[in-house]
Amino acid sequence: MKLGILINEGPYQHQASDTALQYVKAAIKKGHEIYRVFFYNDGVNNATKLSSPPQDDRNITKEWSMLAKDHGIDLVVCVAAAQRRGILDKDEAKRNGKDADNLEEGFRISGLGQLVEAGIQSDRLITFGD
Amino acid sequence: MSMLHTVNKSPFENSTVLSCISLCSKNSSILFIEDAVISVMKSTKFTDVINNSLKDFKIYALKPDLEARGLSLDNVIEGVKVVGYEEFVDLTTEHDSVQSWL
Repeated sequence: MKLGILINEGPYQHQASDTALQYVKAAIKKGHEIYRVFFYNDGVNNATKLSSPPQDDRNITKEWSMLAKDHGIDLVVCVAAAQRRGILDKDEAKRNGKDADNLEEGFRISGLGQLVEAGIQSDRLITFGD
Repeated sequence: MSMLHTVNKSPFENSTVLSCISLCSKNSSILFIEDAVISVMKSTKFTDVINNSLKDFKIYALKPDLEARGLSLDNVIEGVKVVGYEEFVDLTTEHDSVQSWL
């Protein structure tokens, strides 16, 4: 089955990012296709490569990035939510006159249309949030 | 049309567990995850509500979240099914849609 995932909460906040991550891993293991993971609202904070948790703690951003690399999952970050929270790729940093960018590898920045499309194209859309 | 409802906050914290139970239609399923897993414990003020709703709904609780909170599986209300992440995935695909109570 095609599954779409919406994440509305940042990492290390409550548990939504962790639950979503474990859910996606289990779904892949069961042979389902993850059509897209869409990061919205504070969920965009999952995409910063500047996140540096202690070594003995889980690195949620890296885990998403690895999943994207290993299984070709489309990780999309909402552009408007990202700009408000200082999550920028190279192009967005340049466009906004900033001297740094921080989008982790495997994530891409795009618009809400991508969430709508995931809702239409996926068999199920599952929301994880606060 | 079957719907899976997921609830992730404790009923001691806010009212989503009670709202979910009062609003979801018969033959729906409810999966308690994260802080909501405490809802399925015996001997709380919510035990009667859960026991009553077991007549109308299937109720599930996520095992890793019970364990992470030190909640003993022996104290889970009879009739509530304890599931892992893979069964969580099965529940989402077996139902026609998923409603996350946030």
